[in-house]
Amino acid sequence: MINLNAKIPEGPLEEKWTRYKSATKLVNPANKNKIDIIIIGTGLSGAGAASSLGELGYNVKVFCYQDSPRRAHSVAAQGGINAAKNYKNDGDNIYRLFYDMIKGGDFRAREANVYRIAEVSNQVIDHYTALGVPFAREYGGTLDTRSFGGVQVSRTFYSKGQTGQQCLLGAYSSLNRQIKAGKVTMFPRRDMLDIVVIDGKARGIIARNLITGEIERHSAHAVVLATGGYGTVYYLSTLAVNSNASAAWKAHKKGAAFANPSFVQIHPTSIPQLNEFQSKLTLMSESLRNDGRIWVPKNKGDKRPANDIPEEDRDYYLERRYPTFGNLVPRDVASRAAKERCDAGYGVGKTGLAVNLDFRDAIKKQGKKSIEDKYGNLFEMYKDITGIDSYEEPMQIYPAGHYTMGGLWVDYELMTTVPGLYAIGESNFSDHGANRLGASSLMQAAGDGYFILPVTINNYLSGEIRTPRIATTGPEFEEAEKSARERLDKFLSIKGKQTASGFHKRLGKIMWDYCGMRRNEEGLKKALALVTELKKEFWSDLLVPGEGTELNQELEKAGRVADFLELARLMITDALNRKESCGAHFREESQTEDGEAKRIDAEYSYVAAWEYNGEDEPILNKEPLKFEFVELKERSYK
Amino acid sequence: MKLRLKIWRQKNAKAKGAFALYELDGVSPDMSFLEMLDSLNKKLIVEGKDPVAFDHDCREGICGSCGMFINGYPHGPVPGLTTCHLSMRYFKDGDKIVIEPWRAKPFPVIKDLIVDRSAFDKIQIAGGFISVTAGAASEANSILVRKKNSDEAFDSAICIGCGACVAACKNASAMLFVSAKISQYALLPQGRPEAKERVRAMIAEMDRQGFGTCSNTGACEAQCPKKIKLTNIARLNREYYKAY
Repeated sequence: MINLNAKIPEGPLEEKWTRYKSATKLVNPANKNKIDIIIIGTGLSGAGAASSLGELGYNVKVFCYQDSPRRAHSVAAQGGINAAKNYKNDGDNIYRLFYDMIKGGDFRAREANVYRIAEVSNQVIDHYTALGVPFAREYGGTLDTRSFGGVQVSRTFYSKGQTGQQCLLGAYSSLNRQIKAGKVTMFPRRDMLDIVVIDGKARGIIARNLITGEIERHSAHAVVLATGGYGTVYYLSTLAVNSNASAAWKAHKKGAAFANPSFVQIHPTSIPQLNEFQSKLTLMSESLRNDGRIWVPKNKGDKRPANDIPEEDRDYYLERRYPTFGNLVPRDVASRAAKERCDAGYGVGKTGLAVNLDFRDAIKKQGKKSIEDKYGNLFEMYKDITGIDSYEEPMQIYPAGHYTMGGLWVDYELMTTVPGLYAIGESNFSDHGANRLGASSLMQAAGDGYFILPVTINNYLSGEIRTPRIATTGPEFEEAEKSARERLDKFLSIKGKQTASGFHKRLGKIMWDYCGMRRNEEGLKKALALVTELKKEFWSDLLVPGEGTELNQELEKAGRVADFLELARLMITDALNRKESCGAHFREESQTEDGEAKRIDAEYSYVAAWEYNGEDEPILNKEPLKFEFVELKERSYK
Repeated sequence: MKLRLKIWRQKNAKAKGAFALYELDGVSPDMSFLEMLDSLNKKLIVEGKDPVAFDHDCREGICGSCGMFINGYPHGPVPGLTTCHLSMRYFKDGDKIVIEPWRAKPFPVIKDLIVDRSAFDKIQIAGGFISVTAGAASEANSILVRKKNSDEAFDSAICIGCGACVAACKNASAMLFVSAKISQYALLPQGRPEAKERVRAMIAEMDRQGFGTCSNTGACEAQCPKKIKLTNIARLNREYYKAY
């Protein structure tokens, strides 16, 4: 069993972080430049951490698979970034932001971590603004905010539908400043193949240069994973197609517990699948639900064009089921409701796997110009992809895999169960419980990277000031490189008949069908058998062309798919274990009479932190969730 | 539909490249251009051939990874789209499509359609930032920015760094790319303290990387998938003169 000590500071909720900061150990500036830190990933959390740690004086080495750190997938976040500034005078404060996240996460997140991220949210906005991020402004020159699903205040800062891009480019600019200063060294086009652990501590990585195929060893006093989520396990998702779980999975195999792997957010508003070669699902921002009304025909199999279906034959099912929040219910609720209608045979479009998102009434009321001002770029994007003009007829949308609340287990200091190995941003599990609210992921990633990790990591590194630079010649590096090479050779030597993408697609289908929006014991057990079967087939019939000593995108894919096949098993195991419904995890066996998710607090108020156990059943460790400051309530949006 | 594809193949940076011809059947108008290439690659792999290498990632037009010359146009013949957003609806049965990598000296070919755009990063490293350390920022609303300036800064800041402007330019000039960043900071009060050092450093690095000079033909603006405006270049020139 693993020791899951979350190291939560004593004291009242609002004083924990302050107390921690006052008491934690520091590292003398003269010692910082003797210490090396490796960071994997250059999204909001990774680039933020790299620049902050560089500013503090540490030597930082940063790795990403893209050709430039500016392309990390944070770039694609659309809607916004939350902060408890209360600029709208609508009664917002840190506690409310904290409470909305705890409730939105269906009481499956750790209070102390969530409160802290709400606390640093304001600093994040100050910092990005100082960095020149062009957030939307009012005519008086102050910052503008808008409201987002699941909350009743206006706390979301935004840059049109490209907030992620603007924040990421801000983070990229501060990263560049440290590269120029010589404190950060950038290694783009690298895949991390393994973590090197020496005497129980994370001490380096094995990486593959994606252009030359060279296998490299890099050492450090600490390693930070900022590698994002694993939503591409579904193959089709809103993520970048190369987003992957490999770094996190390698960390897990080297001893880092993986927490709540089955907690996956399915986003309700993406463009549905259009063809069999489709490689990704494009998200349409949640903000569209502010003005769009979601409906399906009242009559099964009604094939009339949407505009020909009269009002009395339309079922605005979200407004019907949730009169208070209507079309603005949280993502998990909206997604399940769409699936429920489609599964019952009321879906629209070629495949029947879509629902209408209709702007007719909004245009009638506010005028086309007003809708164009708010969503013009989104309407354009929708037309580019589908050829449909949504000013004239409804958009068709369907849920898609989007964000993973689960991730590497971390303590209050964001350290995994491997000493010296940290996980920040989406790659950890800590702040969103069983469901994430909109505009909270940029906030968490930036907060972790700029303002939390650069404080907490000192506590560990203060014990490392006498550790000289780690040599890359020891047996641990030797062994890790050897096994990484053997694995690559194995992929190349199978010479079967099926491509890595083919396997990935099949895995995605299994996960989507049985471990997606709705889960039940029978389906999950079936999925477990199917994944095991598929994994066997993968290792005997995979076809990877070319060599390992050159740029070989198929070889890169093979490694990622191999890891997804293992992670899928853990996700299913976790979903099987949690026999309650909570947030995005919906177990059909645990629902209320009217089909809403039913939590079972007495049995499942814990974080499931899984320990790797080779081919055997993973080992479950439980971190009990204690709610000292909020009362557990049924999460109702009716 | 059935297509004839003429694609630049080059094994690595040192190899001599050449065009290769492929026939591809079963292309659906619902596919994106990259999905069409995915389907070609699947066919090539199964036939025991080397698939066509190309950069791509988000496939929603924002990361800037993808980019190729399609029938003589960067990102293809439809304005305002990245390659990943280019739908096969714009092509018809029997079409011949010529696909090449970005052609510019500062962007050497790595393999097939993949080029090395690290010169762009080097320009940004030279000065594309505001020097503020985490923790040092003042209250966000203590900096007031005229909405018009803020909106214009945003319009410049949306550059995705794909390199289409350089590829489109007969001089392989990076002026549109550099001017977008310079404009963003020039329009914001936060960017003013370092304005002179920034523009000097970025222009010097741009020249060092071997990008050509601007001769005002405007091909960059016409081909930019994000519609970054030429007026940015005018602002860059003004900022540059002011810096000396």
